[in-house]
Amino acid sequence: MKRFLGFVRKEFRHIFRDPRTLGILFGLPVVMIVLFGYVVSSDVKDIRIAILDHSKDPTSREIVRKITSSGYFIYAGDLQSEKEIAEVFESGEAKIVLMFGQDFETRIKTESTASIRLVADASDANSAQLAVNYAQAIISSYFLSKSEEISLPWQINVKSRMMYNEELSGVYMVVPGLMALILILISALMTSVTIAREKEFGTMEPLLASPLKAIEIILGKVTPYVLLSFVNAVTIILLGVFVFHVPLVGSIALLLAESMLYITLSLSIGVFISAVSNTQQSAMMISMFGLMLPTILISGFIFPIENMPTILQWFSALMPVRWFIIIIKGIMLKGTGLAFVWKETLILLGMTLFFILMAVRRFKTRLE
Amino acid sequence: MSFVINNISKSYEETRALRDVSFETNEGELFGLIGPDGAGKTSLFRILATLIFPDEGDASVKGFDIRKDFREIRKILGYMPGRFSLYHDLSVKENLEFYATVFGTTIAENYDLIKDIYAHIEPFENRLAGKLSGGMKQKLALSCALIHRPDVLILDEPTTGVDAVSRKEFWDMLKRIQKEGITILVSTPYMDEAALCDRVGLIQHGKLLSVSKPGDLRFDEAMILYSFRCKSGIYEYLSKIRGLQGCSSAFLFGDEIHLLVNGKKEAEELERAIKGWNVPALSLKQITPGIEDYFMALMKSEKHDDLMSEEH
Amino acid sequence: MDIIRVKDLVKKFGSFVANDHLTFHVEEGEIFGFLGANGAGKTTVMRILCGLSAPTSGEIMVAGYNVYKEREKIKQNIGYMSQKFSLYEDLTVSENIRLYAGIYGMRKKEILNREDELLERLKMEEIKNKFIRDIPLGWRQKLAFSVAIFHQPRIVFLDEPTGGVDPITRRQFWEMIHEATKEGITVFVTTHYMDEAEYCDRVTIMVDGRIADLDTPRKLKEKYNAKNMNEVFLKLARKAKNGDDK
Repeated sequence: MKRFLGFVRKEFRHIFRDPRTLGILFGLPVVMIVLFGYVVSSDVKDIRIAILDHSKDPTSREIVRKITSSGYFIYAGDLQSEKEIAEVFESGEAKIVLMFGQDFETRIKTESTASIRLVADASDANSAQLAVNYAQAIISSYFLSKSEEISLPWQINVKSRMMYNEELSGVYMVVPGLMALILILISALMTSVTIAREKEFGTMEPLLASPLKAIEIILGKVTPYVLLSFVNAVTIILLGVFVFHVPLVGSIALLLAESMLYITLSLSIGVFISAVSNTQQSAMMISMFGLMLPTILISGFIFPIENMPTILQWFSALMPVRWFIIIIKGIMLKGTGLAFVWKETLILLGMTLFFILMAVRRFKTRLE
Repeated sequence: MSFVINNISKSYEETRALRDVSFETNEGELFGLIGPDGAGKTSLFRILATLIFPDEGDASVKGFDIRKDFREIRKILGYMPGRFSLYHDLSVKENLEFYATVFGTTIAENYDLIKDIYAHIEPFENRLAGKLSGGMKQKLALSCALIHRPDVLILDEPTTGVDAVSRKEFWDMLKRIQKEGITILVSTPYMDEAALCDRVGLIQHGKLLSVSKPGDLRFDEAMILYSFRCKSGIYEYLSKIRGLQGCSSAFLFGDEIHLLVNGKKEAEELERAIKGWNVPALSLKQITPGIEDYFMALMKSEKHDDLMSEEH
Repeated sequence: MDIIRVKDLVKKFGSFVANDHLTFHVEEGEIFGFLGANGAGKTTVMRILCGLSAPTSGEIMVAGYNVYKEREKIKQNIGYMSQKFSLYEDLTVSENIRLYAGIYGMRKKEILNREDELLERLKMEEIKNKFIRDIPLGWRQKLAFSVAIFHQPRIVFLDEPTGGVDPITRRQFWEMIHEATKEGITVFVTTHYMDEAEYCDRVTIMVDGRIADLDTPRKLKEKYNAKNMNEVFLKLARKAKNGDDK
């Protein structure tokens, strides 16, 4: 036990004496959360709206007037055809387009059904969603006020479509995603680099030639990062809840327990990476390209899994992040208990056991 | 016997790092393994430190087999790898403390063993190891290798890249450690350090050329070694001497030329020839070979030149 | 003629004085040995003379050029080789030669001619297409030296060129150095092998950033009543040892 504590103490010294390690460990998560959080939740005001009016009748014009005078929207011009929608989005002239079908007014009166469509540039998903919500609210209130004048059993369909990002991921979605990303990045990258560093500087050699067992070296290396990653996880949750008002509906204990499981998994992946790389550089490369990029790109964090080619969907199932995002979203946003995320938890548990086994097997107390 | 090495061979892809190496060391002996870089010293030491397996042959440390009993060996072995394996971001004391805890001991427990060495660096206890001079790093690394009072000590080129003064101090320390009953196996590329060992093994291209006491190195009966000195123009004489019949090799040794002659009769002729040149301030005399002469002679006979064909 | 002239060279790193008022000169065509304990300031001097690092103060001329203003010209006129880095391991013998010759702006035809000549002299024709990492250290160092003087510089700087090399190759290496001086190249060399100090025309012994002595090996041995250069070095360095490692 003294041996183990001595090892852990040394590891903490390495961490606290290296400004770069400290920066990545504590600076990076906070900066990422705050940056992402603010970018995604930017205040919705003065949204530029373009109009594509195929009927040009009094009703449609009145709706446009209501919307442009609401204070939320700025009139950005009229469009002639649907083709222009993409153009105005690309040039940034408009963020949202309001479309009226042909003979809008007539159809309201005769067929008692007519459609209005809202098309939003959802590359910034959160503001797009908000813009659509505002527009819908204005349109609904307009018809509500009219219902007394024209008492017809009509029905108005407001159809909205989110271009570029049909699956919405707003700030509520970003915080759990980021937490998953940051934890795996820090845990796996940092442990793999710290072990590879000992190999690179030749300090691993006397350790291997000492009575230390593989598992002792691994645990000694990993323990400080378990503690620090846990601190990180709590920091991220607190930031999410208090700064970005992400709801935390479910059990905190369950959330923390799942986070610990995920951290353990990330660390064992880190140990595994370090077992197969001999320099810090190669450990870093493997962590970046083998772990971070797929984590960002195909885990469902940014791009929805449903829209991926089938092969990538399979790959995405191998990403621990994918399952962890489902778990924390469930716990934080929906308040689900273990009864609903046991399957995902089991998958993470299986992955953890697999990587621990692989790491211990690959981590030889010899040089070859 | 502390180290027993039997017919060890080891290859890495195309390179044959060790070829059928066998020797034994006595209890409490200071044994030097001498050879240039790439001779196979490090591979042999790593095998004895149970860090790599040999392809063929077997070896034991204090009776423990390097394959079966590697855990036992790791308890009684002090190992100092080629590069001083210190943590540069830890202080002198923290390094020593860490290695003590790794072996389940404390600095206080074995302080008397390292006192002489550690005293040199103790004034800088709180300095980071990365900021030490080469000589001090070497002393700290040695202290770390000794802190658990090992029975046997393996030192891989501890004096490489360290200046002559620190080297001398280091060897004095080894002598004192040896008095504690610790068997020491040390490698070095510096031939002059051979004289400080009890016995030396000469190694080149993975092959152990000879094992003997430093004072017992003898050429074949027929070989005679001369030392040639002159006032100036030594390089011109070097090529002239090499052109002489009966001269089997001639090399510069500091301010003299050592020339090796095969046979008594040839030696007389050669002496006569050189004296005929009327060299100013000539000194030409027979000398007993030093370790470097000996090593060079062995290298020559070990097919130095077909090295490339052998390796590829 | 002096090819290197150093007057009152001072180099400080923060409050640490690496070189403390060094004054010396190197004559054209001589082998100038630079000895000293680790941390005595040898490498710093070499870096300054090569134009890699700026001195804190002092007047320094190398090959007739000022180290403050004419670094690029100095670099054209010098060759450099060290034990730690000399050749690219993943390039072949021939590729390394051409690479360095190209860096110094030699013409293609000249490179090809001199390459053949060099390979023949080193007896390396058969291995010219082998990777550097596959040839023994001793051969590598000989090749590295040849490459360092391939563009016929006026001075070549050698930083511990023979570390870890076997005794025969070490001597062959010094014979190559001697050959180079016959072509008029000046050699500035550091080493830890004290017998090699004897092969130098003049030797400087650095202790704690200062020049403890500078003379021919013969005169140094007489002055300090020593059998060989090792004794000279130990006498000079040990005097300073007590003050070392402050």
